Amino acid sequence: MTMAGVESGAMYTRVAAFGGVYSNHLALSAAIQDARARGAEAAICLGDLGAFGPNPDKVFPLLREHGIPVVRGNYDDAIARGLDDCQCGYTDPRDNHYARLSYQYTFRNTSPENRQWMDTFPEEVRFRLGDLDVLACHGSPRQTNEFLWESATPTHFLDKLADDFGADVIVGTHTGIHWTRSWGERRAYVNVGALGRPANDGRTDVWYALLGAAGSALSVDFVPVRYDHEALASEMRDEELPEEFVETILTGWWTTCLEILPGKERAVGRF
Amino acid sequence: MGIQLPQTSPRSTSVGSATDLAEAPTVELRALDQLWFQVAGTVCNLRCNHCFISCSPDNHSFWFMSREEVNEALQTSVRLGVKEYYFTGGEPFMNRDILGILGDALALGPTTVLTNATLLPQRTVEALARRSARSPYTLELRVSIDGVTAEMNDAIRGEGSFTRAIDAVGRLAAAGFLPIITTMQTWAESETDRILGHFRSILAEVGYDRPRLKILPPLRIGAEAARDRGYDDFERVTADMMTEYPAELLLCSGARLVTTSGVWACPILLDHESGRLADTLDEAVEVPAVLAEQACYTCWVNGAICSNMPGFAADPA
Repeated sequence: MTMAGVESGAMYTRVAAFGGVYSNHLALSAAIQDARARGAEAAICLGDLGAFGPNPDKVFPLLREHGIPVVRGNYDDAIARGLDDCQCGYTDPRDNHYARLSYQYTFRNTSPENRQWMDTFPEEVRFRLGDLDVLACHGSPRQTNEFLWESATPTHFLDKLADDFGADVIVGTHTGIHWTRSWGERRAYVNVGALGRPANDGRTDVWYALLGAAGSALSVDFVPVRYDHEALASEMRDEELPEEFVETILTGWWTTCLEILPGKERAVGRF
Repeated sequence: MGIQLPQTSPRSTSVGSATDLAEAPTVELRALDQLWFQVAGTVCNLRCNHCFISCSPDNHSFWFMSREEVNEALQTSVRLGVKEYYFTGGEPFMNRDILGILGDALALGPTTVLTNATLLPQRTVEALARRSARSPYTLELRVSIDGVTAEMNDAIRGEGSFTRAIDAVGRLAAAGFLPIITTMQTWAESETDRILGHFRSILAEVGYDRPRLKILPPLRIGAEAARDRGYDDFERVTADMMTEYPAELLLCSGARLVTTSGVWACPILLDHESGRLADTLDEAVEVPAVLAEQACYTCWVNGAICSNMPGFAADPA
């Protein structure tokens, strides 16, 4: 079965939504195959194509080949515009050290053509899923680099976002950990997680979300993606990326960029 | 971000003065993301000599908030779409209703309590853990400790406060919390690595082996102005300094502080009339904050240091 890219304003009943790719081209490739096999009509990527992983340019051909549109992530925005850092807002010196290594490597290894393409990514894409109006963004509809963690995002806050931006369902990524919450008659928020690195749960799988709707009844399936993570680790070492990043791929535990985690999410991780 | 600091001028001997209100820049509320509660007023069991609002056992300028007063603001916060709640004082655990209040807040959203951790016996830690486990939202304990030894800390916070706080951190860690330890920087920058390394080893000794540390710059008002120094004359925010500055970095662009006597722009300005915006929360969200106080300069330089995470620009280009 074929799978198209999500088109702005179009109507669907089953859509695959991919979160931060972080240069993990092996996971992206596996996720695309998996989503097709599961009968997704269309796919969308919610941004942050680069970060911890190797050879950022390998991600772009996969997206182009399958016509998958990309929402502008903070990383894409920074790389496209040549900013000084990834705009994650770390203050911890250790987190900043690794964020800087990751950003500088990604910036150096992203071609001018791909940077130009990134600069065309929109901040949001809207489409219909069943009878529901869906807004796909990176962090939040109001701010690309806003973190929406499960334990730090009140339902009334999400409801205000849905009111302010005129959407039934808001879909985002940015945190790297998948979760969803529904409220009221037809409203929901879905954080689709990330393809780029595991969900800080001690598993090497990465995650994406399959969104479906029958009328106004939304279904959200988080799909674990098994891919050749050892090959990715080997490629990262060939590129001399920090061993801390490799460790996350091989163990499923986050080792860096931990400052931004709320206590509840951080407590279930190892570091 | 490329913020240009003004040129340093000769040190003045003043302890701070307000800019003329008519000349002071103002900041509109972008969205009410953070709702702060002066839940213990200005009443504290300690008498720290760097406290920016000079809280103490006998400072009754602001009194404890009742559970009903807090709940009234919490209900308003739901309508306004608030993202997180902060409880401060004074010492919040001197408020006899604090556990019920935190439970009420945790039913609605992520909740942070700023404490000196000297009033956290095991039964209180267990009660906090129960409330945390019952809520889908995170309960953050922000513990103030100022120094890596009893000598350093107790010189600022009072005799015995170091051991009591460190022991409480151990109890919190054992109960599954990852408290955020805040320390006002009272040492030379060159000493930071050594001091924090030693601090981590002390925290590990009580079982907290992955500490979340937050280093705060000094706020040169209240007791701190007398302990070290006040602000220099040039250390104030002018209209020119705000022209290309991303206002969302400032706490007052996304927060309000509720007290028993009205609503303030931020918790730092509690002693200053220019910080008081209105009688009620509904009114206060409509009133811009005024950057008239020299403490606003510290926020301008460092961003919203009171938040668990600093504010960051939506578009830093």
